[in-house]
Amino acid sequence: MNSLFRSRTWSYSFRSIVIIYFIGLIIIPIISIYTQSFSSGLSSFWNNISDPLAWKAVFLTLKLAGIATIINILIGTMIGWVLVRYEFPGKSIINSLIDLPFALPTAVAGFIILLLLGPSSVMFEWFGLSLVFHEPAIIVAMVFVTFPFVIRGLQPLLEELDKSEEEAAYTLGSSKIRTFFQIIMPTMLPGILSGGMLAFSRGLAEFGAVVLIAGNIPGKTLVASVYIFGEIESNNPQGAAAVSVLLLTFSFIILWFISKLSRGGNTL
Amino acid sequence: MRRLWISLTYVVITLLLVVPLYKIFTGAWAQGLDGFIAAIARPQSLHALKMTATIVITVTAINTFFGVMFSLYLVRATWLSKTMKRISNSIVDLPFAVSPVIGGLMIVLLLGPNTIMGTFFNNIGVQIVYALPGMILATLFVTFPIMIREVMPVLQEIGDQQEQAASTLGAYSWYTFWKVTWPNIRYGVIYGVVLTVARSLGEFGAVLVVSGNIINKTQTATTLVYQDVENFNVVAANAIALVLAVFSIMLLLLMEWSKKK
Repeated sequence: MNSLFRSRTWSYSFRSIVIIYFIGLIIIPIISIYTQSFSSGLSSFWNNISDPLAWKAVFLTLKLAGIATIINILIGTMIGWVLVRYEFPGKSIINSLIDLPFALPTAVAGFIILLLLGPSSVMFEWFGLSLVFHEPAIIVAMVFVTFPFVIRGLQPLLEELDKSEEEAAYTLGSSKIRTFFQIIMPTMLPGILSGGMLAFSRGLAEFGAVVLIAGNIPGKTLVASVYIFGEIESNNPQGAAAVSVLLLTFSFIILWFISKLSRGGNTL
Repeated sequence: MRRLWISLTYVVITLLLVVPLYKIFTGAWAQGLDGFIAAIARPQSLHALKMTATIVITVTAINTFFGVMFSLYLVRATWLSKTMKRISNSIVDLPFAVSPVIGGLMIVLLLGPNTIMGTFFNNIGVQIVYALPGMILATLFVTFPIMIREVMPVLQEIGDQQEQAASTLGAYSWYTFWKVTWPNIRYGVIYGVVLTVARSLGEFGAVLVVSGNIINKTQTATTLVYQDVENFNVVAANAIALVLAVFSIMLLLLMEWSKKK
């Protein structure tokens, strides 16, 4: 058996299978969506993109994902800080709960938000607030789904931060606020930025949590992923591919930034 | 100050995570235990859960195997140039940036009924899109980076000294893997498996596009929740959602356990 695994033919064919799997599963589909969207020429690509419903959906997605990311950066920085720096009852339970949005199916997340904020919910009956089928509900869904990113990006950096640097700053007479912005903030920033960008790209891509609660009113609450889904359903794969290419290109640029950022962090 | 931050953390966690969990656990009993059982015992529920289980098991097995092998190649292989490794390493992350719906669309565009490859497979009697193979493919695509992202850092950290020592002493490569490499990467692989299971269990967008969501045929647990909500069958949707949530919480506990190791 061992001599079989050692033989050249075996190891070459093994390598080829793994490489073919990688190319076939990841590279070819991504290339095909780019070629498909340009397959009937640049003008038809442009026609698909310049459909007001299409670009409105893309802009809406960018806007809502941006707002959700800012919210996540604020509460994520706070929670990350509290979880690393303070001791309090229930800390380890909270720390484990953070990952819940990653473990929970997004369709289930969307469904719960519908129950909590929808027409038959307490929120609606008590306050008359109808959040569902409006923009705020989409933001809530995006915040929920991307909640762990900033916290998980921040925690390791804060844990590594040398307390003596902070103490030195205090000893030298620096104020709390100044220490925070000059010592602590620069340490946290790469984590916040890369966590925030991951959250943003995930928000752009989110479908399951959004489709149930957005109401999907074209031009108003129709986000890009749901628009793409609608185009597929109505048998317009070219239109779907065109908007996909737009959205993918945004995401790839963000991904490239994140990898730049983390590479910069490694060399420090 | 300190008090304020801790209380605020409690408030955010309660509103964002605890209340939803509570809601999903109580909502499923809105019509008592009977309502819950009736919703789960519907033929389409049982079928959907079976589909989900099939997809989760197949996808996890395939991507664990290829993920570990690909990480080994990306970190250790001498037959790949540095540039190739760097490029492949960036490409691995791409599925994370692709919206699940787009992931599904890619498979429909490549293998759908009107394409060259789709017709070819149709002629030999294999249906891919709107059938199980396509759904597995879509989930494979979406979960591909997970295992690699867990295993590669571990491989980089342990270095190859032990492995080289083992092969200098005459151990076969397969033997070296099991005796030297595997014990080191074991917990990374387990963590990757848990994450892959969680992601493939919850995959919705890609599967919805590829499957066509045909009841009793290509419907999975998550797409059934979607359909039940669309049909205003909230109690049934809640029952399925509860089953999925219980699995997710078990996976979350497993994650915590494997992180501590």
